Amino acid sequence: MKTLPIADCVWEIPPSEKPGMRVPARIYASEALLGQMDQGVFEQVTNVACLPGIVRAALCMPDGHWGYGFPIGGVAAFRADTGVISPGGIGFDINCGMRVLRTRLTEAEVRPRLRELVDALFAAVPSGVGAHGFVRLRDDEFREVMRDGSGWCVRHGYGWPEDLAATEGGGCLPGADPEQVSTRAITRGIGQLGTLGSGNHYLEVQVVPPDGVHDAAVARAFGITGPGQVLVMLHCGSRGFGHQVGTDYLRRFDQAMRAHGITVPDRELACAPFRSPEGQAYFGAMTAAANTAFANRQVITHRVREVMGRIFGRDPRELGLEVIYDVCHNTAKLERHVVEGEPLDVVVHRKGATRAFGPGAPDVPAAYREIGQPVIIGGSMETGSALLVGTAHAMTETFGSTAHGAGRTMSRAQAKKRVWGETLIQQLAARGIVVRAASKSGVAEEAGFAYKDLGEVVDVVHRLDVSRRVVSLRPIGNIKG
Amino acid sequence: MGRHVFLDSVAVADCAMEVVGDDLDDLFATAARAVAEVMVDPATAGRAHERAVELAAPSLDLLLYDWLSELIYLKDSEQLVFPEVEVHVSGKAPCRLAARLRGDVLDRERVALRADPKAVTFHQFALEPHEGGWRARVVIDI
Repeated sequence: MKTLPIADCVWEIPPSEKPGMRVPARIYASEALLGQMDQGVFEQVTNVACLPGIVRAALCMPDGHWGYGFPIGGVAAFRADTGVISPGGIGFDINCGMRVLRTRLTEAEVRPRLRELVDALFAAVPSGVGAHGFVRLRDDEFREVMRDGSGWCVRHGYGWPEDLAATEGGGCLPGADPEQVSTRAITRGIGQLGTLGSGNHYLEVQVVPPDGVHDAAVARAFGITGPGQVLVMLHCGSRGFGHQVGTDYLRRFDQAMRAHGITVPDRELACAPFRSPEGQAYFGAMTAAANTAFANRQVITHRVREVMGRIFGRDPRELGLEVIYDVCHNTAKLERHVVEGEPLDVVVHRKGATRAFGPGAPDVPAAYREIGQPVIIGGSMETGSALLVGTAHAMTETFGSTAHGAGRTMSRAQAKKRVWGETLIQQLAARGIVVRAASKSGVAEEAGFAYKDLGEVVDVVHRLDVSRRVVSLRPIGNIKG
Repeated sequence: MGRHVFLDSVAVADCAMEVVGDDLDDLFATAARAVAEVMVDPATAGRAHERAVELAAPSLDLLLYDWLSELIYLKDSEQLVFPEVEVHVSGKAPCRLAARLRGDVLDRERVALRADPKAVTFHQFALEPHEGGWRARVVIDI
């Protein structure tokens, strides 16, 4: 497939390369990262370019890798009036996302009690296959969570009012419709609020390394004062509830597409016109799942505050355990962007891609309005993570989107063949990183060598000016599913 | 006797598998055991919990999709995993399945947990006759 360089770190596959492509496919990557992308990325991003109503181009971020339907790292905008919505462009883990909290603690204060802290967090935040949380809900209460997201948590004592302003969409996206959610989805997810899941999901205690501050002014706006400061990061989504919503509607769209006369190059790209009854039903159910994901991260935040308050013998407010930001990387949202010089309502699908709105953009909290929205890019438990900030250029280049992680370079099975989970846990302990995991094999699957170089991914999005580097973070404690 | 192999080079973030069975019953049972193997080490899970499942779908491949989705649903809704399954499949439309499952509660103190499957995808999803039996390809989102 012809992949042409059109600018620094921008590669384009023209529509002539595959029958049915309506727009070009555009991949953002350095030459090294492009070389590490598997063939599935190129097939999948060009498949996305075939979907009805797509505007400008099908995009893939520098952490892109082979997914299902869209590539992971995929971004596409579809006209709200004539375009489609596709569960395969969002993923089953609806509103999988990242949240980061700052603290007033330093590594010197935390290090002596690190093992105790990690053990306590592991006990307080259930993880692994089939895990259930401590929040007991009736059906009608769960429907309130679907409508109100993090707001429900704050009203019920699982958060602070200011957490909402530090969450994308205020922790509650508009348009959630619990009536479009199946009983099976409710049964599957009602007991899972406050759980981490497995795979690449984690709860991590992190520290700003000596050379970790890249933009001191923006870092200060994030409440980051300098090296040695401890932060807490979490990565998880809507758990079984969102997974079942995705399953239900993928199955439904697979059958409904025929009635709408739509054919797709990959069955996982099953879709429906956004304005059709099926499209609106899915949007309502998907948004309900997105709001439960915000609530899930909010309840985990509450647990983190409880645990850290207990371990360090101080009120969580005194510890400064405030949310810097919470951002989604698996959603479809109705947004207005300038397309061909005109404002246009589009349904922006981000699958393994982070919203990165720039200064002054709508929905950027007041505290960040002049600098842009905080962006959280999660790395592996070995390599660390990064905080960036959204840019004005992202709004015109990538529909306000950037990378979400390091991106895998090898399969989970390949990673497990290279290292035992127990061995890796010991190696990390020797480097000062304490790991607790529900599954030892799951630890091996998430080894640092299974991922691309996070620094290279961050460097590319920084060079492209679709988000700017602010702080690098290094893990010292990790809880895995 | 059915067998399955995990495909390392397909959909690297997820779990792709190819499943072969002597007949449809064997294929569906083998695929179910493979899903259990994704979730836990089957040798560490007991067989004391039993469930019966009955499903119907307009086509055989959708029946397989619904069957594997049901096992993932039971993992979250009842915290159960089923390494032992007997399945009877009727291939005449509407296709039907009747299964008896035996397994264990997902207790991390006792059962060696592995990955938490989110869903069955339609990416490269296929079920077809193969050398006198049946073959399926399934990618599971992890």
